Amino acid sequence: MGEFKVHRVRFFDYMPSGIRCMAFNRKADRLALARLNGSVEIFNFSNNYFQEKVIPGSDSRSIEAICWVGCDRLFTAGLNGEVVEYDLERLCPKYTLDAFGGPIWTAACNSAETHFAFGCEDGSVKLFEILPDKIQFERNLDRQKGRILSLSWHKSGTLIAAGSLDVIRVFDVKSGHSVQRILVDRGPAGTRNKDCVVWNVAFLSDYTIVSGDSAGKVQLWDANKGTLIKTHLVSKWDVLSLSVSENEDSIVAGTSEGTVIQFQLLSPTIGDAETQWIRTRTFKHHTHDVRAVTETKTSVVSGGLDTQLVICPLMDKVEVKSSESVLRKVIFPHRSLVSCAKKPSLLLFQFPDQLELWRLGGTDTVGKPGESLPVTRKPEKLLQLKRKGDDHICCSTISECGHWIAYSTVSSIRLYQIQCDNNNISISKVSKLPKVLRSAHQLQFSADSSKLFVASEQATIHVISLSRSECKHVHTFKPKSGSSAPVHLLAASADGQWLTSANRHCEINVYNLKKLKHHCMVPVYNSLPSAMAIHPETNNLLMAHADQQVFEFSIVDKQYTDWSRKLQKEGLHRCRSKWHTPITHITFNPSAPSQVMLHDTHMFCIIDQSLPLVDLKAQFYSRLTPKDMSETDRPSKNNAFKMCKKYQPLLHVNLLEDDWLVVVERPLIDIHSQLPAPVRQKKFGT
Amino acid sequence: MVEQGEIRVVRCGGSTINYRKAIFTLDSKYLLCTSGDMVKVYSTATEECVHVLQGHTNLVTGIALNPTNHLQVYSCSMDGTIKLWDFTDNILIKTFTVGYKLLALYTSKAHEGCVFVIIPKENDEALDSFQLVAVRLPKSSDQEVAATELSFVLNDVSQLPKCTSYGREGEFVASVKGLHLTVYFFRNQKTYRLSLNATPKKGANNIFTCVACHPKEDCIATGHEDGKIRLWRNFNRKKEYTHSTHHWHHSAVNDLSFTPEGTNLLSGGIESVLVQWRYGEETKKDFLPRLGAAIAHISTSPEGSLYCTSHSDNKITIIQSNLRVSAVIQGLVKGDNIKTDLMIDPRTKALVLNGKPGHLQFYSLQHDKQLYNLDIVQQEYINQSGLHQFDVVKAAFDAQGSWLATVEERKEKLADLEIQLKIWVYKDEMQSFVLNTTITSPHEDHITALCFCNTNETTMLVTTGRDGRFKAWVLGDDSDIYLEWSVGLNVILLQLDPLSENVAAFSCAAENSDLFVFRPNEPRPVYLQKNICQGSVQRAVFTPRDVPEENCSESSQWLNRSQLYFLTRDMDLMTFSTKTEEDRLTSSSKQLLIEENVPVTPFYLLLGKHRQAKLDAENGTLAAQVQLPQGSVAIKELLQTPAHVLPSATFLCTMFVNSLLISKDGKSEVPEEAEEEMESEKEEDETSDQEMDSQHKVKPEYFVEELVPKLSKKEERDLKRVRKTDYSWLCPFYGKLP
Repeated sequence: MGEFKVHRVRFFDYMPSGIRCMAFNRKADRLALARLNGSVEIFNFSNNYFQEKVIPGSDSRSIEAICWVGCDRLFTAGLNGEVVEYDLERLCPKYTLDAFGGPIWTAACNSAETHFAFGCEDGSVKLFEILPDKIQFERNLDRQKGRILSLSWHKSGTLIAAGSLDVIRVFDVKSGHSVQRILVDRGPAGTRNKDCVVWNVAFLSDYTIVSGDSAGKVQLWDANKGTLIKTHLVSKWDVLSLSVSENEDSIVAGTSEGTVIQFQLLSPTIGDAETQWIRTRTFKHHTHDVRAVTETKTSVVSGGLDTQLVICPLMDKVEVKSSESVLRKVIFPHRSLVSCAKKPSLLLFQFPDQLELWRLGGTDTVGKPGESLPVTRKPEKLLQLKRKGDDHICCSTISECGHWIAYSTVSSIRLYQIQCDNNNISISKVSKLPKVLRSAHQLQFSADSSKLFVASEQATIHVISLSRSECKHVHTFKPKSGSSAPVHLLAASADGQWLTSANRHCEINVYNLKKLKHHCMVPVYNSLPSAMAIHPETNNLLMAHADQQVFEFSIVDKQYTDWSRKLQKEGLHRCRSKWHTPITHITFNPSAPSQVMLHDTHMFCIIDQSLPLVDLKAQFYSRLTPKDMSETDRPSKNNAFKMCKKYQPLLHVNLLEDDWLVVVERPLIDIHSQLPAPVRQKKFGT
Repeated sequence: MVEQGEIRVVRCGGSTINYRKAIFTLDSKYLLCTSGDMVKVYSTATEECVHVLQGHTNLVTGIALNPTNHLQVYSCSMDGTIKLWDFTDNILIKTFTVGYKLLALYTSKAHEGCVFVIIPKENDEALDSFQLVAVRLPKSSDQEVAATELSFVLNDVSQLPKCTSYGREGEFVASVKGLHLTVYFFRNQKTYRLSLNATPKKGANNIFTCVACHPKEDCIATGHEDGKIRLWRNFNRKKEYTHSTHHWHHSAVNDLSFTPEGTNLLSGGIESVLVQWRYGEETKKDFLPRLGAAIAHISTSPEGSLYCTSHSDNKITIIQSNLRVSAVIQGLVKGDNIKTDLMIDPRTKALVLNGKPGHLQFYSLQHDKQLYNLDIVQQEYINQSGLHQFDVVKAAFDAQGSWLATVEERKEKLADLEIQLKIWVYKDEMQSFVLNTTITSPHEDHITALCFCNTNETTMLVTTGRDGRFKAWVLGDDSDIYLEWSVGLNVILLQLDPLSENVAAFSCAAENSDLFVFRPNEPRPVYLQKNICQGSVQRAVFTPRDVPEENCSESSQWLNRSQLYFLTRDMDLMTFSTKTEEDRLTSSSKQLLIEENVPVTPFYLLLGKHRQAKLDAENGTLAAQVQLPQGSVAIKELLQTPAHVLPSATFLCTMFVNSLLISKDGKSEVPEEAEEEMESEKEEDETSDQEMDSQHKVKPEYFVEELVPKLSKKEERDLKRVRKTDYSWLCPFYGKLP
């Protein structure tokens, strides 16, 4: 495996944003998730829960409700009073529409997907008709006093339940009149003067309304008679989210205490037709408000202010032990936010609203393996680059030489040139960019920093040549298949001859930069590539997919290499296959060309291509300490796989010159310390 | 344990009453609990032991009410028999011999003529594998029946009765062991096995400790090692079963019980807090804290008004359904270690030893009942492991029992030892010992012994400490000690009888203890008995008898004036009993058996006996005194016979009044009183008198008729008048007489 001197970087203060709402699309098996900063993420549940798309947020946008229509139309509504439909190809808002009812708190689509209902601050419920390419205001239901905080359609589409302050109303859609007014009792004595906020309602097809409120109750009501059926007190604080399973035999509710509580429709005596809702399981994976919860066929998905998305499997629904039966916590994005300039040891960190450029520290002492060396030269923040405009940064990169920085938002691309002489840093914006460059999904500099590759929103790749004086548009590559899917990964070869791009239709195209033409297409594998890189010497393309498979493709021969075939046959080591977070970065060791370095958030792993893929069932020694690394007489020495779990969670691993390994960590405890204090809970023994 | 000699070792009481769940009778008037080889019947209202059902020859391991007759109870024992008792009359009805060691007993309404028992596989406990089997009880009029028809229900169950429970209407049985819950449905004979994860995560420990089934719904509650309670539903599916988890207890749940209607679930553990969970709204719970000791078992009365908890300190608490303690039945408290010796309180003749932590208990051996607890340490006991607390290590009484000295110690580390010597004085007005003096650090190190020395004027206390000095709080005299004779024996305990010069020596050899009784002045032992119990004897004491025995045989003479009690390794209190004593004890029960064999109803028996007494009275002999209420056997019989088999109260009243009339020639005070009261009503009652007369003639066979000629006309009229009035006001008076 080799010995490395490790830069352990902990100054990347990346802070994920809290989760506000979620919508699960059962037909597409995708989850849309909106964060507090207005960004939208789409997870593909059938593809190893991979974070497929990210729509960057914007300062002017806040999202309170998110809704799918059909398989591929996504709408959000927020407190700025606007409804937004997204373009899921170009990953930007398609259009926005003002509902003219003040802030929108909630949105719901009927089961026929013909109408939207929006609940507004002014107490009105607005009906919008869904047209193929837009939505159109139809009418208002009777306006009531008090904001509408939650909405739910009955399956028939004739009734809407609306939760407000202290009250749940049932509207007849046809007439627009309120047909039922259900008063919700406030909390226990002492909180009587506080409104009971009905945060959530769900209308079941048997005319039962389920409500979750700020007094910590989940209540079941008869919608026809307006009477209470059953109260479950589940929390001392608020019940913030509620979700009903598809066949309406299970309800999950998220609370401020961070718990998710499941209710199931069960018959009290076996074989009896009579059923009742019984509180069954309690999940506690969150520390803060659970703002969004949903139930899929096999799992309960919850997200909240503590920024993590938790996918908790329901063991009684999972058929066999597989990747589905693992509890997953998604905290970090499934892409790299760090880029590294190897030669000058610079790291570029991407935040939604700024970029930070750091120079790594150094040491002049030499130590033994396992020792931590004193830092003689401190790491230095060279640059903090605030973005312009409202839109958040969606991608960024730094050139290998460290003289160029580029970033893009949904509206613009910016390129900067950096002069760095010892302590003087000067930055100059390249003002005249070619007209073709409007926004990018991915940016990449060539190895010699002479070219910039821009994956545009039209699924094309622009090649820009850079020089001190000007930058010029050289060529535009178009995918051979004519697919309009956005490109999310780019990789250029070290010799400057090859460029590969991967798009969200799982296509990987190889272009010849010398001849400026499409070279070949890698056979399409049915899982999204999560990372790829071209080997500097052999020009083989290494790809890691969301389902944990690794392939090697020879660009010259236009076919998979023997090693790749062998790897597919033997399979990855079982320790590796237990991983369920996608590989986010691949890099190579310049001093040992046969070594490939992969990492995800939990560990990094070195695969030596020259060593045999032997003995998969053999006892595996995980490389926890560098001391272990130096030991040579281990039986696993001849194993191709070596892994290290010492650093986590890992955001980036890269090899600098002189065998320096840079490891960027973001300890979870630092994230937790930046979160607001959770609601007070009595803890046993305190 | 049975010896061929006249004297044998017996359990003398103070045995555990918390070994198994106590059960309530249907009317909640009595509480039945196992106690060693016996079953004790307690009154729930008075805490008094009403009956002791004796007959098993080994440990009783389970009791259950007969589902078809609520006045009968089944009990099973390690001796391999199931016995059916009439607990109200203390009658053994039947004995079923099963032939296996029986470890638990269950009855179910749905399975008539059948009881369920847990037996060891191949009748060998060492295998640690147990089965739940159904035993068909043959219908036979014989007293002793062999029940050989066993049918297998569940394999590999836990031997603890609380790990198996019968569900709604006996449709299924649930049993837990280790990490598995097994449910067996009787109707379709299907078994479902639900398992929990073994890997401990976040301090979880999923091992099951107990199970209870909801009486009305298909819901199983299970308790776990880590204090969680899970409610299982839908358990007739392979995968889609579901359970909800509730967590309040911080360590293992010891027992669970649903109330009869299933509205509440009760749970208890080492916290000594009874938790009442509302079924369906488990977030709402009620607590009954400070029950004194860890809860071992919980049971509820069939109509739900009373709960009872058995505690680890050999106590049963009866609790009303509004969570108020209504009664406490305290057995001999069995602590971890008896640091004080066994002592006899000279005043009450009670056995005194360590009880609850920091307390001394006064236990009456004659009545097998705790008299009271004396709080020596007077500090709140905190139930936490690793916490060192004050404990009573030594105590001594003076000869009159008016002074008590106690020593308490607390040892945190090797360095700091806290010792307190307390002197207590008996206060007659309070009927208890009152703290008189507290001396902190009387010695530098542990106190090894203390004793009182009585002279005529003053009481002196001498203490010896490990610090190498003895302190005489008042100096006492010393006497010469010389060696007179010696015997090579591995003596572990030497005990002096205060009322004679006998000395009892216990020796231990090869796991068994032997007893030697000798007089110090002669080397020949007065009495010796080998193998009195397993293991070494911990403590022993001579207790003076209330009435000296009259034993003529030489070997048992040493027991004439006092009785020798000793505590075994298993903390069982044993004593020696002589033949004459046993004869006396068993005489009453034998008599009952003989009476039972006579094929007559108790009703006849009662009346017949009474008639006998009447005839005696007629003869005008001294025997007339017998019929006075104080000594009358008939009256006793009357009071002990269940009310439903007695003739009506008015009829008995008549008899009673009549009897008084005869004996004192109609000048008894009671009828006279009644006469005066009746005077005013005389006129209007004239007509009804006639009716009464005719009615009376319908029953010619009773002896009242015989007596009629002896009465004068006027007396007869008065008597008739008396007869038709309500005499219920007499009852309390009548009841008080015996």
